[in-house]
Amino acid sequence: MMPDLGPVLLSLHLAAVTTVILLVIGVPLAYWLATTQARLKPVVEAVTALPLVLPPTVIGFYLLILMNPSAPLGAAWVSLTGGTLSFSFAGLVFASAIYSLPFMVQPLQSAFEAVGRGPMEAAAALRASRLDAIWTVLLPQSARGILTACVLTFAHTIGEFGVVLMVGGNIPERTRVISIAIYEHVESVEYAEAHILSAGLLVFSFVTLVGVYALNRSYRLRVS
Amino acid sequence: MSADRLSLDIVLARQTFSLKVREDVALEGVTAVFGPSGSGKTTLLRAIAGLEAQGEGRIGFGETVWQDSAAGVFVPAHQRAVAYVFQDARLFSHLDVQGNLDFAAKRARKAGRSPDMGAAIATFGIEGLLERRAVSLSGGESRRVALARAVLSCPDLMLLDEPLTGLDRAARRDILPFLKSLPEHSGCPVLYVSHDLEEVAALASGIVVMEAGRVLANGPVAEIGRSLDLGPLSEGAGPASLIEATVARIDADSGLMALEAGGETLLLPNVAGARQGDKLRLFIDARDVAIAVERPGPMSIRNVLPARVGRIVSSDTAADALVDLKIGSELIRAQITRHALSELKLETGQQVFALMKSVRLAGDFR
Repeated sequence: MMPDLGPVLLSLHLAAVTTVILLVIGVPLAYWLATTQARLKPVVEAVTALPLVLPPTVIGFYLLILMNPSAPLGAAWVSLTGGTLSFSFAGLVFASAIYSLPFMVQPLQSAFEAVGRGPMEAAAALRASRLDAIWTVLLPQSARGILTACVLTFAHTIGEFGVVLMVGGNIPERTRVISIAIYEHVESVEYAEAHILSAGLLVFSFVTLVGVYALNRSYRLRVS
Repeated sequence: MSADRLSLDIVLARQTFSLKVREDVALEGVTAVFGPSGSGKTTLLRAIAGLEAQGEGRIGFGETVWQDSAAGVFVPAHQRAVAYVFQDARLFSHLDVQGNLDFAAKRARKAGRSPDMGAAIATFGIEGLLERRAVSLSGGESRRVALARAVLSCPDLMLLDEPLTGLDRAARRDILPFLKSLPEHSGCPVLYVSHDLEEVAALASGIVVMEAGRVLANGPVAEIGRSLDLGPLSEGAGPASLIEATVARIDADSGLMALEAGGETLLLPNVAGARQGDKLRLFIDARDVAIAVERPGPMSIRNVLPARVGRIVSSDTAADALVDLKIGSELIRAQITRHALSELKLETGQQVFALMKSVRLAGDFR
C-alpha cells in the first residue's frame, strides 16, 4: 500500500519557500550581527536563538494569537488576501520562517565572522564599496556557510511538527505536511504508512547532516 | 612624481593607547613611518586609509580633504584613491592570482583610471603565478602579487604596512628592489610603515619617526638620521649611524669601491649594479666603530677617518658610552666602554680617528 505523496510534496514546497525567504532575511541580519558593536546585539542574538529553546507549542500559541483575524497581523492579511493566515499554507510559511530562523542566521553569522574584517578592508582599499565587497568578497568567501545554512533550514523545516500542528492544523493539500501525516497514521494504527514516511525522513535527515558535516570539516557548526 | 603633501591633525584614543598626530608630511618617493612596535604607525596608516572610523580630526591629501570631523566629513576608504598593502598581503582566497589583479583593475577603470595589467605582471615577475590560488603562494610571492594588485588600483597614494614582515632574509632581499621602484611604477608617493631602520635606510627619502602615539621627528632621512639616534627605536638594533655617500670610483681589481661621504673617502666591497655618481645609504653599527686618539699604524681595517668628537653620552649605570664623531658634514656614532672613554680622556671638540670595522650598504640583508 503506497502512502499519499501529498504530504511529501507539501513539505518540500514549504521547506523550499521558507529557505528562500529566510536567505533573503538572514543574510542582512547575520551580516549586521557579525559586524555590529551595538549594545543591542546580544538582545537581537537572543531573540534570533529563542526558537531553539522554546517549546514549539509556545511559538505556535503566540503565532496563532498573532494570526487571528481580530489581531492586527491577521486582520491585515485577511484584508489583503481575503483568506485567513492561520490554517493556510501562507501561515505555515510564516511560522516556519520564525521557527527555522536560527538555523539560517547562526551558520551565516559564523561564516561571516570567520571571513572577518581583513578581506573586507582589503576590498575597500581597492575601491570596492561596502555592497560591492559584500557581494564579491564576503558572500563568495562564505559560500560553505551559506550552503550549510540553507541545507539546515530546509531540513529543519521539513522536520518540524509542533508549530505546524498548532498553526496549520491538519488540512490535506494545504497544511498536512510529512510530520503531521506520520502522526495521523500512528494515531490510526496505520503503521505501514507511518514506517514508510518515517524511514524516508530519517534517511533524508541523516544524509543531509552527513553532507553538512563533510562540508564543514574545517569549522564547527553552532547549530547541531 | 608629484610632490604631494599629507596634512594630518588626528586624535584617536583607545583603551590602552592614544594616537595624537599633528604634522605636515611632504611626500616624495618613499616616505617611511618609522618607530618601535606599538608606537601607532599602523593605526596612523589605517586612519589615513579611512579604515579607522573612530579617529577625530582632519586629514588632507594635497587639495583633497579626506576627513574633517568638525565639518562632519569622512570620505570612506573606497573613495580615497589609496591602495593599502597589508602586512599579511590579504589576497582574496576565493580567487586566483589573476582574479585578484582583475578585482583591482576593474574598479580602477570604473573610477576612470587606466591600469596596465601587462606592465604590472611583468614588473613584479608574477607571470607564472596567474592561475595559482592565492592560498598556495609563498610569503614572497603573495607580497609581490599584493604589490601588483595595489599598483593596478591606480591610487594617488600607496600605503604599505611592513610588507617585509615575516619573510626570511633572502625573500626580503628579493622584494626590496620592487619596493624601491614602487613610486616609479605606481606613479604615486608611497608611505611605508617599518620598524626596521635598515629597510628605511634602503628605501625612504623622507621619514616620520613615531614613538608612543606621537611623532618625534619628520623630514628627510639623512637630516633626521643626523639629529636623532634612530638605532634604539629599531627592532633588535642598537645605536647606529645612517649616512649618505656617493660612489667616486669603482675598482674591479680589488673588488672595492670608493665612496665619498662628508668630504672623506670610505672603501666598500663592490655592489652589483652600482655606478660612479650613484648615491648610496650606508649603515654603520655603533659597536663596529672604534676610536683612536692618534692615527694607528698598519692594520687590516680599511676605513680609518679623521673625526672630531661631538656629543658624549655616558651614565654611571651603563658600561658603555656613546660618542658622536663628526666626519666632515656627516655624523657617525661610536659605542665604546666607559673605561675606554676615561682612559682616552675624550672630550668634545677633540681630534681623533674613527675606525670602522664594518660598513654596510643599507638594505643589503646579508
